Amino acid sequence: MQIFQLPIFGKDEKKAGEEDDADLSDSEESVFSGLEDSGSDSHDEEEDAEEGDDEEDDDAVILDEILTKSRGVETATEPPATDKNTPTQPDVKTAPKQKRKMKKGEGVAMDDGGEKGLSTTRLGDEYEHDTSDEEDIRNTVGNIPMEWYQDYPHIGYNLDGKKIFKPIRNKDELDEFLDKMENPDYWRTVHDKTTASDIRLSDEQVDLVHRLQKGQFGDVNFNEYEPSVDFFTNEVMIHPVTNRPQDKRSFIPSLIEKEKVSKLVHAIKMGWIKPRKPKETTPQYYDLWAKEDPNAILGRHKMHVPAPKMRLPGHEESYNPPPEYLLTEEERMAWEQQDAEDRKLPFLPQKHSCLRAVPAFSRFIHERFERCLDLYLCPRQRKMRVNVNPEDLIPKLPKPKDLQPFPTTMSLVYIGHSSLVRSISASPTGQWLVSGSDDCTVRLWEVNTGRCMKTLEVGGAVKSVVWNPNPAVCLVAVCFESTVLLLNPGLGDRLVVSSTDQLITSYEPPEEDKEQAVTWALSEGPEHDNGHRLTLTHPKAVKQVVWHGKGDYLASVMPDNSSNLQVLIHQVSKRRTQNPFRKNKGLVQCVSFHPLRPYFFVATQRYVRVYNLIKQELTKKLMTNCKWISSMAIHPGGDNLICGSYDCRLAWFDLDLSTKPYKMLRHHKKALRGVAYHKHYPLFASGADDGSVIICHGMVYNDLLQNPLIVPVKVLKGHQITHDLGVLDVTFHPTQPWVFSSGADATIRLFT
Amino acid sequence: MGGLQKKKYERGSATNYITRNKARKKLQLSLADFRRLCILKGIYPHEPKHKKKVNKGSTAPRTFYLFKDIRFLLHEPIVRKFREYKVFVRKLRKAYGKAEWTGVERLRDNKPGYKLDHIIKERYPTFIDALRDIDDALSMCFLFSTFARTGKCHVQTITLCRRLTVEWMNYVVTSRSLRKVFLSIKGIYYQAEVLGQLITWLVPYQFAHDHPTDVDYRVMATFTEMYTTLFGFINFRLYQTLNLVYPPKVTQYLDLTFSCAQQKLSALSASLARVVATAEEEENQLDLFPTEGEDQENMQAREKEQKEQEAQKRLFEGLKFFLNREVPRESLAFILRCFGAEVSWDKSLCIGGTYEVTDETITHQIVDRPDMDKQYINRYYIQPQWVFDSVNAQMRLPVEDYFLGTTLPPHLSPFVEEKDGDYVPPEKLKLMALQRGEKPVQEDEEEEDEEEEEEDDDEEEDDDVDDEELTEEKNLKKLEGTRAQGKTLAVKVTPGKVKPWETGSVGNKVRLEQEEKAEEKRLAIMMMKKKEKYLYDKIMFGKKRTTREVSSLRCAPAKPTRPSLRPFACRWR
Repeated sequence: MQIFQLPIFGKDEKKAGEEDDADLSDSEESVFSGLEDSGSDSHDEEEDAEEGDDEEDDDAVILDEILTKSRGVETATEPPATDKNTPTQPDVKTAPKQKRKMKKGEGVAMDDGGEKGLSTTRLGDEYEHDTSDEEDIRNTVGNIPMEWYQDYPHIGYNLDGKKIFKPIRNKDELDEFLDKMENPDYWRTVHDKTTASDIRLSDEQVDLVHRLQKGQFGDVNFNEYEPSVDFFTNEVMIHPVTNRPQDKRSFIPSLIEKEKVSKLVHAIKMGWIKPRKPKETTPQYYDLWAKEDPNAILGRHKMHVPAPKMRLPGHEESYNPPPEYLLTEEERMAWEQQDAEDRKLPFLPQKHSCLRAVPAFSRFIHERFERCLDLYLCPRQRKMRVNVNPEDLIPKLPKPKDLQPFPTTMSLVYIGHSSLVRSISASPTGQWLVSGSDDCTVRLWEVNTGRCMKTLEVGGAVKSVVWNPNPAVCLVAVCFESTVLLLNPGLGDRLVVSSTDQLITSYEPPEEDKEQAVTWALSEGPEHDNGHRLTLTHPKAVKQVVWHGKGDYLASVMPDNSSNLQVLIHQVSKRRTQNPFRKNKGLVQCVSFHPLRPYFFVATQRYVRVYNLIKQELTKKLMTNCKWISSMAIHPGGDNLICGSYDCRLAWFDLDLSTKPYKMLRHHKKALRGVAYHKHYPLFASGADDGSVIICHGMVYNDLLQNPLIVPVKVLKGHQITHDLGVLDVTFHPTQPWVFSSGADATIRLFT
Repeated sequence: MGGLQKKKYERGSATNYITRNKARKKLQLSLADFRRLCILKGIYPHEPKHKKKVNKGSTAPRTFYLFKDIRFLLHEPIVRKFREYKVFVRKLRKAYGKAEWTGVERLRDNKPGYKLDHIIKERYPTFIDALRDIDDALSMCFLFSTFARTGKCHVQTITLCRRLTVEWMNYVVTSRSLRKVFLSIKGIYYQAEVLGQLITWLVPYQFAHDHPTDVDYRVMATFTEMYTTLFGFINFRLYQTLNLVYPPKVTQYLDLTFSCAQQKLSALSASLARVVATAEEEENQLDLFPTEGEDQENMQAREKEQKEQEAQKRLFEGLKFFLNREVPRESLAFILRCFGAEVSWDKSLCIGGTYEVTDETITHQIVDRPDMDKQYINRYYIQPQWVFDSVNAQMRLPVEDYFLGTTLPPHLSPFVEEKDGDYVPPEKLKLMALQRGEKPVQEDEEEEDEEEEEEDDDEEEDDDVDDEELTEEKNLKKLEGTRAQGKTLAVKVTPGKVKPWETGSVGNKVRLEQEEKAEEKRLAIMMMKKKEKYLYDKIMFGKKRTTREVSSLRCAPAKPTRPSLRPFACRWR
């Protein structure tokens, strides 16, 4: 409750009688008026006398505002005269008590509780002035925080609208203290904020405060145990309130009721109405499966999937797990940082020294709930789990041991080149090996010893070297830049060497000199001594040369995407050159002659085209499924072909079977650079940038119904990877199951 | 030409599935009711094979139910009850609004309810079906029975759950069907074998629950509703099979009030009343059939297994236990009684204690405190883990490790069955040795064994790598050699060195063979088809991961606590 003030009395005292009324009216809101009224109700005559008592009456507490207000209205209707008198009269009667009070007590600020009763006093006349809402009339600012006036010299306005000024000097704390020490009445002094003045409480007021604090009635004379007055007698009066005679129906039994009752009675008799059975709250159980039918299909479709059971706990869930199951500090950190879904364990393994120390699991209800959600929200599916033994997946292949011979060990390294060796070729007798390198030299090696027999300088990085496959001719085709050079290395049988020279010199120019794309030039002088025989100058850079099996024809490749002059076929004996193609079908990568029949294979970036040279038409177009073909080799039987590609694949084509690869081998980890077939043995090799040469057994059967058998038999390693390049070329020994490989590490290696 | 144009999504998989919203509309149920119906009837969504086809071309994520399922729900009488309940709520609200108190009372009296009996029968046509699916029901009921009466669910549900779980425990005690127990950090796992079905359930530790806010208790309550019905019927049937009175009664106190009897029951210390008063049934012997070969072996194995089980059932027979007040009374009493022990506890702890601490015949006292003031000489003071470990080991373990105040050995999960290559904790190895009847050997020997085994493993694993490295190294050396020679002499041919192990001793030969095989395998792997290779790689990846995990467990930094057990060096880390 708010603080109530009792300034009334002080004012009464100060001012004239007329103002009293105003004071009274202002004194309190209607709360208290009601009390007074109640008082007045009971003792009408003694109003005045009681007023003083009522003033301090605590009963007010009980009464409601509303109640009092309504009462107040009543009182207002009462003759005002009496009310008016009240203030004056009591002054006289209870003079000693009240006056003193009024003198000192301007207003009493008190806590809630008791003081309400105080102001109940003479509210009888408040309605006369109808100033019910006003409080302390001496200051008209109303019920506002007085701090608002802090900065002003005045503290409010009186009834006349004049300023009420603050006392000249405010008490500071020192004053307060002095006052406290010196003033014997300090304890009964109260500060009134609205008027900024101190009020000394009178004895009566102090007494009143004490009584209220104790919870006693404010009025000393009030007897709270008065005998109750029985207003409404309990004795039965002999006279009725009204004189009206009773209705007849009130003492004649009702027919309708009778009918109703008889109906009910009848129903009960007949057993139609039964007393309500008490409801059974506990469920009743019985043998539900007494007549179970195992064949009864499930109520719904037959596809029902029973819910999987919960996972059983492992050691790590134990309250005292073996120490290795506990997470280390790092693992724990990692666990905490992971998302709840990513975690492998949904909980942190913990170790407790004894069972007593195990706490409740905080996520228990969560987990149960999640299980519930799984049960009714998860789609269920039968997943066929392949329980495959990985060993069964590995194809059963013949043992490499049974497929011997094939090269297994590195036995020779041919050292001498100073740059990467792009191309190698073995002589048809198998005694010599020619290699071309980026250091602009062509070297001739003796196969069995690894000895470099000759080193020939040429005018550029050698792209390709090929030994003439005809054993009766000793010629090597070398290509560098835009030149194809035919060399006579002068090794081996003298007769063959000299016959080769003869063959070249025996050329007779034809009568009609045709315009050719290539100029043929016979070497002379020191070049001739070096072995140079014929020089074919091409219009463009030559990448590859290939001999026909017979050794007379020679094909050279000048990759160029923009013209049809990419492949040229030369005839050495007649020094003739022709361009077989009229149209450009893409960038030519490599070409090859069919070993037996007049076919010509041209590999462009993704396709291999097979041309019939006699009929001058396209026979086949092989789809390699590779991104970029790097090399190609044709089986000596002529019906099979392998293609190496830069996307690590090797495609085996069976020409009789299809235009699509019969097998794709992805053995290498990096781009393939060279592939080769062995002339007699069922072997083929592939060299790649990962520095390895893989030897496969590729058996081709004469029986057309049987597919070739391909078995990888050996991975040969030895070349070092330099500049991301490993093996650049591979070639087989013409008679032995040996393979040569040339690499970017400037070496040539022989594996036997 | 030729008939009407076929419309899309009017046949095939599009008509076999129905989205959840459509299903709800078809059933005319609110989402909550639909959910409840699905839970009760056990309907779950399906994942169609071609989602886009089913979803009429859209790829929006939707939940699909089988159309047949929904049609099946249409005929469910419970749906009508749901609707009735909805009407009831509406009427009640209206009556409240009009302050018609008699009306309210009348409505309340006639509150529509439903029974789930027919649904249970329908979902589980045979008893075994029901028994197979009881795991979740048990765990749920045990959880609900521990709830405080705080308004998370109806009090009746809690009491019913408590009653059912007590009945279940009494059944397990009487039938002695408990097999495994496990103290986890979540709670206590129990596994019982009832009518040949392995049933596992989880009981939380006895603590007040911290109720999470993000859990929908209505869903749980619906499940519990279904589970209690199922569980009650199962209990009834199980009691019937054992010739026990249902609802159970304690033999000594046949004429007690219900609640009192309930308390006695939950004490788990007394045996149950039987319908026909008989002694314990004799276990029926396996009949012997003349068999041959494999069958005989199987038979023998079965007989042996049965004998073991019988032995396990009598594990604690003849022992007298006393539970101190700090140990979980219910679980321990349950377990001990399941294996034939006599159990008692302090009178002030719970009713049902049969003897005092002072009883001289007590053989074991289970204590979970560091020390005891007054100790009796003629009994063992052991920690509760002994009971659990003994049950799992199917034998009475030596009590020395479990004495008062000693550091307990690790508690292992009995549910883990190690396959080859899995990590087996050393404690388990020890235990297995104990079970085989070997005396606890000197630790050194064991270590050696282990070490050897592991070394073997290591070798197998490392072989490939080693060999490759070896050859590489050799090649390199060779190369260097040749290079060096090349410098001194322009051209020189040196004879190739024969690898020493090619002609070497027997061990090298073995090695050579192994290497050959490994290479063979590698080459064969190269020839695999793409699909198979993928599968193979996946399998091998998984295998490697498990071996990695195992090895990480082996090398776990757990040494300080067990220094003597595994001194060998970790190789793989």
